[in-house]
Amino acid sequence: MSETPSTYNYKVVRQFAVMAVVWGIVGMLVGVIIAAQLVWPELNMGFLHFGRLRPLHTNAVIFAFGGSALFSTSYYVVQRTCHTRIFSDGLAAFTFWGWQAVIVLAAITLPLGMTQGKEYAELEWPIDILIAVVWVAYAVVFFGTIAKRKVTHIYVANWFYGGFILAVALLHIVNSAAIPVSLTKSYSAYAGVQDAMVQWWYGHNAVGFFLTAGFLGMMYYFVPKQAGRPVYSYRLSVVHFWALIFTYMWAGPHHLHYTALPDWTQSVGMVFSLILLAPSWGGMINGVMTLSGAWHKLRDDPILKFLITSLSFYGMSTFEGPMMAIKTVNALSHYTDWTIGHVHSGALGWVAMISIGSIYYLIPRLYGKAEMFSVKLITVHFWVATIGVVLYIASMWIAGVMQGLMWRATNADGTLTYSFVESVKASYPFWAIRFVGGVLFLSGMLIMAYNMVKTIVGGRTVDDALVLLPAAHHA
Amino acid sequence: MDINDIRAIVTVVSLLTFLGVVWWAYGVKSNKKRFDEAAMLPFTDEEADRFELGLDRNGQRKAS
Repeated sequence: MSETPSTYNYKVVRQFAVMAVVWGIVGMLVGVIIAAQLVWPELNMGFLHFGRLRPLHTNAVIFAFGGSALFSTSYYVVQRTCHTRIFSDGLAAFTFWGWQAVIVLAAITLPLGMTQGKEYAELEWPIDILIAVVWVAYAVVFFGTIAKRKVTHIYVANWFYGGFILAVALLHIVNSAAIPVSLTKSYSAYAGVQDAMVQWWYGHNAVGFFLTAGFLGMMYYFVPKQAGRPVYSYRLSVVHFWALIFTYMWAGPHHLHYTALPDWTQSVGMVFSLILLAPSWGGMINGVMTLSGAWHKLRDDPILKFLITSLSFYGMSTFEGPMMAIKTVNALSHYTDWTIGHVHSGALGWVAMISIGSIYYLIPRLYGKAEMFSVKLITVHFWVATIGVVLYIASMWIAGVMQGLMWRATNADGTLTYSFVESVKASYPFWAIRFVGGVLFLSGMLIMAYNMVKTIVGGRTVDDALVLLPAAHHA
Repeated sequence: MDINDIRAIVTVVSLLTFLGVVWWAYGVKSNKKRFDEAAMLPFTDEEADRFELGLDRNGQRKAS
């Protein structure tokens, strides 16, 4: 019986990669708009005010941009490192169209004010059900592909992607449990402080698994590939994986310091957040040291610049995070712009930059080109984005610490030294700098989109890359 | 048995499991070979890389 040689399914990889860039631009544009609304309040027009647009921004950048980048890279990496075509083309296509439908529904319902009011889990129950269905399909496609692999080992990147997929399914389903009262309104299945704890168990693990484990999967494939050498220490990567899995789940309570949550729970959250520094830095060192002995490649390869700089930001924000989880530090930092700065050093510096680097790696390969249309423009993008992130987080640090100090300042007679609005007034210059940082980062994405379109035009869609047995078997 | 005893046991078992993973990764010498093999997985299909990038066996651009 003659068998036609199998090929890799790059169609779904390509679709998600292109949409990652598109949604990146949309999500970051909304971010720039709400940053402008804080500087110029008159820009809050009709129902398109900060309160409605802010969840749209977070959902668009995390789930539309980050999600598409994760779908795209995980489908590519799992096929290539398992030496097999994706488990089900139909189901994979369903995850693409299903995920795009979720994004469009979010873009319609959030500005209309339909929300469950849970941070990063705002979408109402019918959309939550769609997300759950798409996610289960994603898990079937991903683990189905691993099950039919042609090699013995499961490469570490797939462990991280797999951990991310399983954990997000668990988090989403538990936290989204709600009692519907109409098609567009529901109430959480939990009450009071339990509801808050479930929400931040979800919220922090959305950071730990969606925004960390998945992107570490990217790191463990694209850094070695672009550097042309295997990961620095494979056994460190094994310990890195299990250490993250065992610790992240417990860190959530640090979002609820000094609240009605029992004190011991807050302390558990704080201690586990501090422990998290170890696996986070272990992973960062593993990624950066992969370049050891080949540092010169960093000089003229802008894709590596993106990947390695993202790891530096990862190291920075995973140092900052545990510090902010210490209760006494949190007493100053909580509810201030310091938190916003911290989130963006992780989101722009780590998550966006590693995704951008990985997508620059993928785009030429998916369109049969040796490299992007302009490598120089990748370098331009890199510097514009880096300056943007630095402006963003530096201004938010200053604004955050200033707000924290102003809010806690008291006069000799015990009255507050500053009214709240005085801290708002003092924050204006820093919000303006943050706006500029955001504009720069968004400009970088527009440069990327131009470069991507120019690469795609005249390229051919690579749908005939043959699945080959691992090279070791030939030798 | 009190539920808090079960909670304590789960915590201790989790810690031991994790220490077991560390030992398995660093202490078991015979694992070195499988780790080395696994670490090379991204590099076992370079023919596909060349194909995607439109390059020939010597890494040169194919005349199209």
